[in-house]
Amino acid sequence: MGRKVHPLLGISAGLVFLFLIAPLVLVLGAAFNDATYLAFPPQSLSLRWFERVLSLQNFMDAFLVSLTVAISATALALLVGIPTSYAIVKHRGSFPSWFSSVFFLPLLVPEIVFGFSLLKTVIVALELPVMTALIAGHTILVLPYAVRVLGASLSNFDFSAEEAAVSLGMHPLKTVLAVVLPNIKAGILAAFILAFITSLNDVSVSLFLTGPGVSTLQVEVLTYVEQYFDPSVAAVSVLLMAITLVVMVVLERSFGLSNVVK
Amino acid sequence: MKMTPSEPLVLDRVSASYGNTEILKDLSLDVRPGELVSLLGSSGCGKTTTLRLVAGFLTPTRGSIRIGERDVSRVPVHKRNIGIVFQNYALLPHLTVRDNVAFGLKQRGVGNTERDRQAMEMLETVGLTGLADRLPSALSNGQKQRVALARALVIRPPLLMFDEPLSNLDAKLRVEMRVHIRALQKANERTAIYVTHDQEEAFAISDRVAIMDAGRIVQLDTPEVLYRRPVNEFVARFVGFENILPMQVVERRGKIVTAALAGGATLELDQGEFGIIPDHFLLACRPEGLRLAAPGNAGVPVTLGMRTYLGRAYQYQCDSDAGPLIAHGAVDKAHPGVGTQAVLSVAPQQCAILPAAKS
Repeated sequence: MGRKVHPLLGISAGLVFLFLIAPLVLVLGAAFNDATYLAFPPQSLSLRWFERVLSLQNFMDAFLVSLTVAISATALALLVGIPTSYAIVKHRGSFPSWFSSVFFLPLLVPEIVFGFSLLKTVIVALELPVMTALIAGHTILVLPYAVRVLGASLSNFDFSAEEAAVSLGMHPLKTVLAVVLPNIKAGILAAFILAFITSLNDVSVSLFLTGPGVSTLQVEVLTYVEQYFDPSVAAVSVLLMAITLVVMVVLERSFGLSNVVK
Repeated sequence: MKMTPSEPLVLDRVSASYGNTEILKDLSLDVRPGELVSLLGSSGCGKTTTLRLVAGFLTPTRGSIRIGERDVSRVPVHKRNIGIVFQNYALLPHLTVRDNVAFGLKQRGVGNTERDRQAMEMLETVGLTGLADRLPSALSNGQKQRVALARALVIRPPLLMFDEPLSNLDAKLRVEMRVHIRALQKANERTAIYVTHDQEEAFAISDRVAIMDAGRIVQLDTPEVLYRRPVNEFVARFVGFENILPMQVVERRGKIVTAALAGGATLELDQGEFGIIPDHFLLACRPEGLRLAAPGNAGVPVTLGMRTYLGRAYQYQCDSDAGPLIAHGAVDKAHPGVGTQAVLSVAPQQCAILPAAKS
């Protein structure tokens, strides 16, 4: 690793890094500020905004809703996505070339339009409960990410290992569970993280699907900043960052996230 | 270790298609118990399709496949009991070397301790005892292929199949491994099918070789017969007869036949050496079957072109009235240069008579 890095490359890399990290630092500073308005750098440090956030029942309820929706939608997307990408990658030749693109269509539709259409059909026409509608909407929202990541992971899997297992006497269905899945573990994990974070951070789709008494955290935050301008939202953001960080560390410890990023 | 008897493999007029393209046409093949038969041919000849049919990854459109008394044509892969060694090893990446080898035994319900014992015994046979707890990613290609071999052998299948198992190894290791494979196959008395595109490898390892072209077996025989007596131009070119000359008999005197080639030059051929020579035929000659001689001798007059040094001989690209030819010349003589007129004499031991191509 003793290679020399061109100074321009080093400078541009540094700038990009700064660009990515600066907003996080600003939010972090604002969250611990004692002032009653969003400001940076903080004049005096305090934890009062964290106390306030944790005492707001709205935020706590919404967070639970967000968590439930994100976990359910991610699980459903994996349940649909794993067999889908398996079929697409393994039987590449048997499908028309446009087939796999179908699973990326949700990415093309503006989320606002998508959310509005869901409202018109799922909630107004079908009269589904809000929670069901939220989970359905988020499943469709995160499915393209899951299919994409799982597909990439499966492309690196050598299907002849599957054939070998079958030739040695394992039932083909069992082989999918006992040979294919363990070898795309990293891809499943990456798909899970990406889908989970996408769902947790979504505003546009949730905006249309939330109803009386049921709201996601991001929608609640949006509603809050329309009325107040105190650092509570910064505190919420810091908490979310912390949760994400904890999840990442736990996954890294238990599965080795470096395998996912590779 | 329990010995399952080795069984014959019979393919009876088997056809197979991908979509609308027919890959195999009425292919019949008889492999005797304990025999190793190679399927040899260039890519697209149907050799891999044949292997996948026998393994069960493909279903024949017509015909039947039998292992011993059992018709396996409709038996699913996981119930066929065939040991396959794949081209890219196909080890299970998440299992250790030991567990890879024990995998087939586990599927057969062999208990834990017995499974381990047999796996370790087989690993010892292939010389990998020290690597039992490694993952496949920590092995060299040669070691991976040994694991694959052990994994296929340990289940003692009535039929072993090899799908170009050595093509990812370097030349020296290839020779070493093919000797190893042959020794293990013989010691275990397993019937085996070996797919390859490498003529030398097929000849070195097999009892018999099936040379395939366009979904058919063109010739099936021992390496010795294939090498000396190819049945047609395709097989002849495959086994190294680089010169194929269309010829016509002009005179017969007892056993001696005089035949003319394009351009008018004539050669005298002895039926005592070649067998019966038809009126129209192809003379197939290896480069070492056409020897450089001084002008004035009997043979094919040529103009010499580029010369390459092969160690035991010089090889010459020659131009004749019958087209370009490849010939050998002795190294110890003063070597003639490009453009020299010379004559090529025919060495019958390195030549063969083929039926004329049907036009």
